[in-house]
Amino acid sequence: METVAFWILGVAAVGTGAAVFAVDSMARATFALLASFLCTGGELLLAGLHYLGVLVILMMIMEMLVMAVFMVMYMMNPAGLMPMTMLHNTRGALAIAGAAFAAMTAGILTVPWPERRGRPPRDPAFALGEAVMGPAMLVMIVIGLAILVTMIATVVLATDRGRYDRDRAR
Amino acid sequence: MVEVLALGVLALAAASLDAVLADGRSGPGVRAAAAPLREAGRLLAQQRRTTWRADRLLARTGVVSLPVAAALAAVVVPLGDRAAADLPVGIVWFNAMEVVAWASVWLAGWGANSAFALVGGYRFLAQGLAYELPHMLALITAALAAHSLDPRGIAAAQEGLWFVVWMPVAFAVYLLSVPAMAFWGPLAHPVGADLAGGAMAELSGPDRLVLSAGRYGLLTVAAAVAVPLFLGGGAGPLLPAPLWSLVKTCAVLALLVWVRRRVPVLRMDRFMEAAWTVLIPAVLLQMLVVGIVVVS
Repeated sequence: METVAFWILGVAAVGTGAAVFAVDSMARATFALLASFLCTGGELLLAGLHYLGVLVILMMIMEMLVMAVFMVMYMMNPAGLMPMTMLHNTRGALAIAGAAFAAMTAGILTVPWPERRGRPPRDPAFALGEAVMGPAMLVMIVIGLAILVTMIATVVLATDRGRYDRDRAR
Repeated sequence: MVEVLALGVLALAAASLDAVLADGRSGPGVRAAAAPLREAGRLLAQQRRTTWRADRLLARTGVVSLPVAAALAAVVVPLGDRAAADLPVGIVWFNAMEVVAWASVWLAGWGANSAFALVGGYRFLAQGLAYELPHMLALITAALAAHSLDPRGIAAAQEGLWFVVWMPVAFAVYLLSVPAMAFWGPLAHPVGADLAGGAMAELSGPDRLVLSAGRYGLLTVAAAVAVPLFLGGGAGPLLPAPLWSLVKTCAVLALLVWVRRRVPVLRMDRFMEAAWTVLIPAVLLQMLVVGIVVVS
């Protein structure tokens, strides 16, 4: 059951990823990419990484939608409603992508895979955080809070002079 | 499965209550209560209106994804002390499914290839972070106090004292951000009347029915999550736990529906400013208080 789900999600992730470059509309490309990310999030859930999987789903939906605003906004044709293509420098891109694919496939096939040691931890998200951050965890928490406060403060300061400025300015 | 079924029944009840509260526009009492069903029947029979060069695939995706997201959010909501899905990070999952509404509204608005619908879709995205950040912080505050991202765990942590008692600010912010996330009532700007219906302007027939049902579903599931987060879950005298969960959910949902008819539409720029300058700092302070209590 899980194997079937793994393969379905994997194929769907690759397929929707490829669709990004096949569709002719910015909106469709954006949502094809989002679908691909969601499939990846599903794979993480299957791997038992609940927190990371759900976080990928949450963050990717938010991020891709904010992206959609900017991508459509900055398209060269008005509102991105005209047909477009995501392909640029096709030959060079094909060469680079082909080489990267060949290198990674060669790596997968030739590198001897290590045997599994130990057992999965009780809380994989916690273990991953420990492994990545280690003793810097406290610093990271403080910096994370500082970043959040900076973001909010910046927006709060900016809202005062927005396009919806109050009448008192006059 | 029973959770999703309960969600459907409660959403229909909310729609009925809304029709009853709508100042007798659909007739008195019983007649008004059945108005959503009549409206559903009318929409099912109505022919679809089509727009020129609409992106049907995206529009349909947007319409269908909203009720699907509401149903997927419902599987982590505990009735009593058991939930349909055994997900230890249920709160994050619930929030992820709520954010699907951004995609739904934008897709429905974009897909129609119509100016008002497009503006409605963009409106929701522009407001998104101002609504989502206080909402998310309110969710995290309850999770922080319970040391758990699992709604069942959070409900269990309120054995002695309901969270609403000692984190009222988080609860108030949650109640305020729920209508915003479900683009409902005084915060229904993405589908506002000032935009001729906004993202829903071009939706007709079954499409309109599905999206409206999804919106009620989202509102209902958000009301249901308030119960394990702040209102002690299934705790209560006499009645069994699942029943208490339902009773409390109905109370929160009725409050949200009632507010729609009693509060005028908020000016969205004013609300957004208040969200950034008042709600977020207030809920951050609440979180600080909760954090200090938890650590000490």
